[in-house]
Order: sequence, then C-alpha cells, then structure tokens
Amino acid sequence: MSKPKFWGYRRENNRVGVRNHVVILPLDDLSNSACEAVANNIKGTLAIPHAYGRLQFGADLDLHFDTLIGTGANPNVAAVVVIGIEPDWTNIIVEGIKKTGKPVTGFSIEQNGDIATIAAASRQAKEYVQWATELRREECDVSELWVSVKCGESDTTSGLASNPTVGNFIDKMDAWGATTCFGETSELTGAEQVCKTRAATPEAGEKFLATWQAYMDEVIEPNKTSDLSDSQPTKGNIEGGLTTIEEKAFGNLEKIGKKTRFIDVLTPAEAPAKGPGLYFMDTSSAAAECVTLQAAAGFTVHLFPTGQGNIIGNPIEPVIKLTANPRTVRTMGEHVDFDCSGMLRREMNLDEAGDGLIDMAIRTANGRLTAAEALGHREFVLTKLYRSA
Amino acid sequence: MSIPDFLVHETNDTVGVIVVEGIEAGQKLSGWLMETDGDISIQANDPIPLGHKIALGDINDGDTILKYSHDIGEAVADIGKGHHVHTHNVKTKRW
Repeated sequence: MSKPKFWGYRRENNRVGVRNHVVILPLDDLSNSACEAVANNIKGTLAIPHAYGRLQFGADLDLHFDTLIGTGANPNVAAVVVIGIEPDWTNIIVEGIKKTGKPVTGFSIEQNGDIATIAAASRQAKEYVQWATELRREECDVSELWVSVKCGESDTTSGLASNPTVGNFIDKMDAWGATTCFGETSELTGAEQVCKTRAATPEAGEKFLATWQAYMDEVIEPNKTSDLSDSQPTKGNIEGGLTTIEEKAFGNLEKIGKKTRFIDVLTPAEAPAKGPGLYFMDTSSAAAECVTLQAAAGFTVHLFPTGQGNIIGNPIEPVIKLTANPRTVRTMGEHVDFDCSGMLRREMNLDEAGDGLIDMAIRTANGRLTAAEALGHREFVLTKLYRSA
Repeated sequence: MSIPDFLVHETNDTVGVIVVEGIEAGQKLSGWLMETDGDISIQANDPIPLGHKIALGDINDGDTILKYSHDIGEAVADIGKGHHVHTHNVKTKRW
C-alpha cells in the first residue's frame, strides 16, 4: 500500500486534528449542569461532563488537571470554554490549554450563580463555534496522524485476527513515521517479559517492566481476589473463550505488530515527547479510562478491536471499532466499522486486513463518523489514583 | 481452500480455537495451522462454542497450556484430546 494522505485541521501549535469540536469543559462535577446548559444553548458545541474534581490532592489532582488540560489541548478540539465552581483551579485548566495557542476562556460559578455563568459562557461559546465552523481542512502527511490503540471485550478471535490487524496497521504506520500508543498495564500480565523485549532500547524495556511491576505492587497485590473477581478476564472474555489473563495478554500484545519497537513509556495522559514512534502508556485496561487518557495525551484517532462487542466511544477522539468475530458482526453490526472476520475463513489475509484498516482510519480522519460517533457514544472517564480528601 | 473449523496459532501450541458456531461432540474438524500455513484435523469430543479452545492432544492435570507458543496457564484436571479447554479445567498462574 502506498503512503496515504488525509485532510485535517492544522492547529495553532502545528498539530493536526481530525475533528473540530468546540468543547464546554467542566473543571468539576458541580459544573456539569452549567456546561450541559451551554451546550444545549449553542448548537455545535460539546459538553464533556464527568464525576470528579473536588477535594483531590497530590498526584491524583495532578492527573485530573493533566487529563482535562490534555483533553482541551487535543488537536481535535478547536476551542474550549471551561467552567468551574471557583476561579483558581478553573484558571489552571485555562492556562494549560492556552499553551497550545487555541482560543480558551474560563468561567466560574461562585458569586455568579449558574444562570449568569451560563449566559456569559454561552455568548463566548457562540463566538467560538462560528469561528471554528469557518476553519478548513488541509491535506496532511499520514505521519501527522497520532493513533492510539486499545482492545476491549476481547475473545480468542481478537488474538487470532482483529488485534494482529491493528498490529499490521502499526507496523505500516511506524514505517511512515506516525506517532502511536498502546496501554493496558495490567492486561499485559503474563506477557510482560515478551513485551519488554519489544522495546527499542534497554532503557525503555526496563521502564516498561518497572511500570508494570508498580501497577502489580500498588494496585493489584493489595486488592487482588481470585481471577480479580471476574474482571481479568471479564465475563465477556470468558464467554468468548478466553480462559486466563496470560492468554488475554498474548492476544493483546498482537496489537503492536511484528516489527515495531516502542520507544518510550508514558505516565497516564502524558504527551509523547520523543518524536514519531510507538509509545506505551501506563493505563487501566478499562476501555473508557484508557481511551480518555490516550486522547488527553494528544492522540486523534483510536483503533479498538473487539471480540464480543465493546461499544465504547470517546467525546473527542473517534474510536474505530473492528472485529473478527462473525457472531458479533451478525448480532451487533451497527457498532462495527471494520469487519475482518474473513481472516478466520481464510478469505482475507493479514496484509489485506491491515490495508483495509488503514483505509478506514484515513476515511475516519477525513471526516467519516465512526459507528460510535453516529450512535452517540461519548464515554469520558477520568482515572482516579486514590480517594479524595 | 475450505473454511476452517478451528485455527492454531503456532506449531508448539497444545490448544486450537474453534472459529465457527455449532460444533458438536463427535464432529470431525478441519483446522488451519497459521504459523506454517498448514492443515490439521481433529475430532471434537465435546460441543465447543465459537472462540473456545480444543485440546490438540491429551493434557494431564498440572500441565502448562501453550498458545502462541507461550504459557497461558495450568491444567487443573486431565483433559483428553478433542475436549473443551476452558475455565473449568485451566487456571491462570498469576492470580
């Protein structure tokens, strides 16, 4: 396949987006109502409600800020209105997003009330959306596409076909100089030593293993139950034939291809800083948590292979769903963007499937709505490191 | 090239994956060994659902199960060739 181009929105910081959202972003749970009211007033804007932002502290608060700032800073977002209960933390988000050069304004509710805040924020949002709708796409090199990957409700067909299809995509995109990212720390358990060998440098390999071990020591070990209470593998995984975490992990690892080596390890929501290449990000394996962190790191298109039919989307990063499970294609085809079940019937080989997925990613980048976008899936889930104060 | 009933990732694997629906006990299955692009056949001795695993040989209680040529867990019961391999007879070594 020859190197494709795509049509994207070049932002003030020279990053390229594939969507043109005007986001109404709450700092905290209290500000969701005002954000949703603004998004209702001003058509073409998008509120992103969430559950947190109060009494967080330390690393957990830093991650909250990083995730919100990263979401606003993502090149799929043209402009941002931030609303918070009070001005100080609201301003931290505004100033963080402002570093990209994109338009962003903050509003706070205390001493104004919801109604005055909604009115002022709506006027600003209207200006932004009318400005953003006049922005035009330009033709971009595929190396400017940042692609994240994560699988969900996996089954054995994921490891046989849909994850290797993503891996074939990654191998081809890596050769073209794209920036890509995989995560799911706990879900590499059993394959962690093999994953380490897929690092580009010994340092990156050691950093990965230390990150995986820390997750085991801090999250899994103190809280673990037999089979992690049917969470690893999940009920859906088991229904689909996956028996153990090790089996799931080796299937998972198929997503990074055969040749590509990861060049660095990112903390949750951390933006890649070492140039083009594949990155590993320390994330939960829960779909929405992982994709939310990857979007906050600046990834603009997501590939999501599924076996049993995870239906996740994200508010700002289009999530392309692929599956090789013929039953899933038959019973919930409205969620599937790319059907690679032909691989199991030997009707489609890996190279053809990878090319087909690249074609779907380019069409999505050019503006085609994914199944998840058309169905209104906007799962935005913040990762919480520990309880609030 | 006929449509396979089951797929095997690698030559060393001790299990294959059923990729069609409705496999019944006693059915003769044709498989595709992906690593070598080879053919393989076996008789199913259980009904095995789509996506679930079949033992490619006799497996003893305590044996390591190999898939992708890697350790994916431990048999916790004897599993005869052609039988269904899943959570009732295989357990993770990790938690």
